[in-house]
Amino acid sequence: MTDRRRWTNALIMVLYFILLMLPIYWMLNMSFKTNEEILGTFSLWPRNPTLANYRTIFTDPAWYSGYINSITYTSMNTVMSVAIALPAAYAFSRYNFLGDNHLFFWLLTNRMAPAAVFLLPFFQLYQNIGLYDTHLAVALAHLLFNVPLSVWILEGFMSGVPKEIDETAAIDGYSFPRFFFRIFIPLIRSGIGVTAFFAFMFSWVELLLARTLTSVNAKPIAATMTRTVSASGMDWGLLAAAGVLTIIPGALVIYFVRNYIAKGFALGRV
Amino acid sequence: MELQLESIRKVVGGQVYLYEMSLALKPGLNVLLGPTTAGKTTLMRLMAGLEQPTSGRILLDGQDVTRLPVKKRNVAFVYQQFINYPNLTVFENIASPLRIRGGLSKTALRERVEATARMMRIHDLLDRLPAALSGGQQQRTAIARALVKETGLLLMDEPLVNLDYKLREELRIEMQNIFDSRDAIVVYSTTEPVEALMLGGTVFVLDQGRLLQSGPVLEVYHHPDTQRVGEIFSDPPMNLLDARLEEGQLRLADGQRFPATSHMAGLLPGAYRIGVRPNHVTTAPTGPSSVAVPGVVELAEISGSETFLHTATAPGPDGSPGKLVAQLEGVHRFELGQPTTLYMDPDQLYLFDMEGKLAAAPERIWEEAV
Repeated sequence: MTDRRRWTNALIMVLYFILLMLPIYWMLNMSFKTNEEILGTFSLWPRNPTLANYRTIFTDPAWYSGYINSITYTSMNTVMSVAIALPAAYAFSRYNFLGDNHLFFWLLTNRMAPAAVFLLPFFQLYQNIGLYDTHLAVALAHLLFNVPLSVWILEGFMSGVPKEIDETAAIDGYSFPRFFFRIFIPLIRSGIGVTAFFAFMFSWVELLLARTLTSVNAKPIAATMTRTVSASGMDWGLLAAAGVLTIIPGALVIYFVRNYIAKGFALGRV
Repeated sequence: MELQLESIRKVVGGQVYLYEMSLALKPGLNVLLGPTTAGKTTLMRLMAGLEQPTSGRILLDGQDVTRLPVKKRNVAFVYQQFINYPNLTVFENIASPLRIRGGLSKTALRERVEATARMMRIHDLLDRLPAALSGGQQQRTAIARALVKETGLLLMDEPLVNLDYKLREELRIEMQNIFDSRDAIVVYSTTEPVEALMLGGTVFVLDQGRLLQSGPVLEVYHHPDTQRVGEIFSDPPMNLLDARLEEGQLRLADGQRFPATSHMAGLLPGAYRIGVRPNHVTTAPTGPSSVAVPGVVELAEISGSETFLHTATAPGPDGSPGKLVAQLEGVHRFELGQPTTLYMDPDQLYLFDMEGKLAAAPERIWEEAV
């Protein structure tokens, strides 16, 4: 490669990177500004950097409980999705049973419907059985979307493990649970990492169901953020700070599963 | 110890994998020989208990084990693919069946694993993961895991087929010693007649889900019941030539005649098919009675230190192209299209009737090199 080509390539990458990062930078920029600066002047970086917006979020329970709620139901959902999808995916990958392909397809069709379709039944049902405004309510509702996705991803990974390994374990005398936990799960570690990541991300960014099925006790951060629209106008700085903090858990999860995801893209179904 | 399969049959989704067959296996080496799709793997999976027969019974020492799940049976299985637990070290892989069974002290277990590993010459690799091993070493690990249990039934499904030639020869000799040293029913499947002959023992010839013939390897080799067994138990396949037996003489498709030999005595005149192994076809007459078959060189393959010479000969009575393959020692050069004459010795000819049944087999020549 000539030097010139290399420079051109680098330039294209830099431009692309700027394009991607600009909105995030702008949000970060805003989060350190006061509302006066945001509305009054155009500045590429904060002239009078302030942490006041973040201080508000970390001290006002109305704000930080939003994060706690979101993280709570998202974690619950992730654990439940993987726990439910593991045996289901194993069955789909290893056994032939009547209508298995149809069942698999039906499971996936759950993902094709918009969340709004399920809004009313969930709301009505949870109201009646006393689940409304609990973390469990949101976690369960999100299972409807995350279990099919998890089954689909895990099935891809499991089918990559030769069936002969299961048989060898049976020949060696392993009981099924012992084989599953000692041999099989370690083999699809990356798949579980990828699955958990997708379940977490979906549940973290999903707003409609989370907002509708909660009111106070389990109110997600995304719903709290809409609160900043008030009679006195929009609190831009606070909203930007909340946005930055919303990105962080996702970024952390990506950081921890980044190797698995790279492997997952190469091996599995993602 | 005896494993009996009583009129077992296996049908999967309307497709017959195994037609009804009965066989009894005794301690020692039992070779399942047959081309791919013969049903060797299915048969072994039934023996192991990985699958259940559609009908029939499997008896071990007279006890019905047909429905006994595999983990309750005392078997070991080696696959054609290299199957190990990828997340366990070589040591743990080999130790795994012993650990599950329990009842061994730590030192006793270590000793057993190390002894088996030494036997398979992988004792320097015990700390590695299977992915860090070569194909041959991976298969040795799988074989070691199968051997360490000291089961009464050891099943090996084409264990050497995915290895390179040299390693295969080496491992085969090692395994033969191991088989000889233990009192277990060893079932070994292969597609290669040469491998069956080298291993010895009892052979079961399978084709398209049917058991064609069984018996001591050399007996089956020298006395194939049918033309199909002759074809399977010969690599390259046995040459087949159409011929007529008339007045004590055999007439080939090209019209030439030669006197029938003593082993063909008593056969009724009529149409027959001559079977002759490629290693019995030569480029020079081997005796005064040698039959010359003129042809044209179609292909000369060099394989190792041998040359397979394919020639086109006179077409058969139904117009089908005639061909004759010779297996020649050493490396030879032939021009394509070059006219050539191959010879066969009437004493080494098999005769099959038109239904494929053996009509006459040559006198056994035991010292024959194979």
